Amino acid sequence: MKVTVDQDKCVSSGQCVLNAGDVFDQRDDDGVVILLIDSPPSEQAANVRNAAAACPALAIDIEE
Amino acid sequence: MSDTLTANASGVTADVPEYPMDRDARCPFAPPPQMLKMNEAKPLSRVRIWDGSTPWLITGHAVARELFADSRVSVDDRRDGFPHWNEHMLSTVHKRPRSVFTSDAEEHTRFRRMLSKPFTFKRVEGLRPAIQEVTDECIDSILTGPQPADMVAKLALPVPTRVISEMLGVPYEDHEFFQHHANVGLARYATAEEGQKGAMSLHQYLIDLVKKKMEEPSEDAVSDLAERVTAGEISVKEAAQLGTGLLIAGHETTANMIGIGILALLENPEQAALLRDSDDPKFIANAVEELMRYLSIIQTGQRRIAVEDIEIGGETIRAGEGIILDLAPANWDGEAYPDPDKLDLARDAGQQLGFGYGRHQCVGQQLARAEMQIVFPTLLKRIPTMKLAIPFEEVPFKHDRLAYGVYELPVTW
Repeated sequence: MKVTVDQDKCVSSGQCVLNAGDVFDQRDDDGVVILLIDSPPSEQAANVRNAAAACPALAIDIEE
Repeated sequence: MSDTLTANASGVTADVPEYPMDRDARCPFAPPPQMLKMNEAKPLSRVRIWDGSTPWLITGHAVARELFADSRVSVDDRRDGFPHWNEHMLSTVHKRPRSVFTSDAEEHTRFRRMLSKPFTFKRVEGLRPAIQEVTDECIDSILTGPQPADMVAKLALPVPTRVISEMLGVPYEDHEFFQHHANVGLARYATAEEGQKGAMSLHQYLIDLVKKKMEEPSEDAVSDLAERVTAGEISVKEAAQLGTGLLIAGHETTANMIGIGILALLENPEQAALLRDSDDPKFIANAVEELMRYLSIIQTGQRRIAVEDIEIGGETIRAGEGIILDLAPANWDGEAYPDPDKLDLARDAGQQLGFGYGRHQCVGQQLARAEMQIVFPTLLKRIPTMKLAIPFEEVPFKHDRLAYGVYELPVTW
């Protein structure tokens, strides 16, 4: 799985950290998404998919 | 009138149903039955609102999610054809400074990021001990006080009010003032004059507070906004507008969810027992999502306008036509949630739309979640014998507010 994020689209909802806190973080100042791991291990795959589905700004892209 | 012309041009007939619609008094947790029926036929249909215009009402879950995330859908309420909530909102549209609620694209992103700092997932996680403490203090005072106790006044309102006051740097002593004005501002059918008065006093209060924080900043969200004013990024008025939004949204909505949520749990004792007995944070988190889905307290719909033609759900929404996304029927859409009328804390309630969706999804959602994830289980554990002190039929529901809930909830134990 390969993950990319679009920081310009991000609206700081925190849904990604809520769903997959090992893969995503938020900038302290404005909550914008930070990608911690761009090729997460398979045990994180379900969480990452949930994060992408929950992201209200459609700012997370997954390549399986 | 241009509305009639628009209506005729789109082939809209006189039998378009009026919106907002009434709930069935016998099923006060359910969305208005007419809306659910409309959604069985199609996920979007025309409705007629207070000014005679006929925007689209979105009732389907999938269509709502898609439109919330569609950049051809605007929140700019200055556009002609925007389906305003009421006369007050229309009459003040050119007086209100732009805010996170009424701006699109880059302008919205700029406002949104100014507000996001205190609401990141981690910041909110860090607040959990403080929220727990406030919750326990409120419950201590309920347990030592007289019965029946009103859970709205004693718990549902004070917890979020104290938390947001502290976060924003608003003195808690002023909470009665802003609760009063927030109430006026959230009246569903506010006349221009009533709404204006409430909004102006609150706005003035925030202007004064921003100015005060510019001189004496501290660690809070209004100080953050004041710093941006000093840096020349936004005006004092814009900062006050943003602060007002946080203040109202930060206590009124969560308070309603807590109040009516307690009632829903009292009416579904086997579900309440599951929540009381669970120590699994995942179960508790999902239970709160399910309560959000089931209760969908934001009534009167999220207002939008199409800026381009949009083909969706077998219909064409034309550029310039109003769109109303009603969260309650979408959250009770049987295609997304089987047996939607059942409160089922164990069902997967992810993707519930109670916080909205898309770029304008609730800024404070992580805070609201944390508050509910703490308040509901704590209350159920500490007052396990809690029961309603009046007949269910006599519980006063907020049919007339933008945010649904209960005015009071007397309980004994």
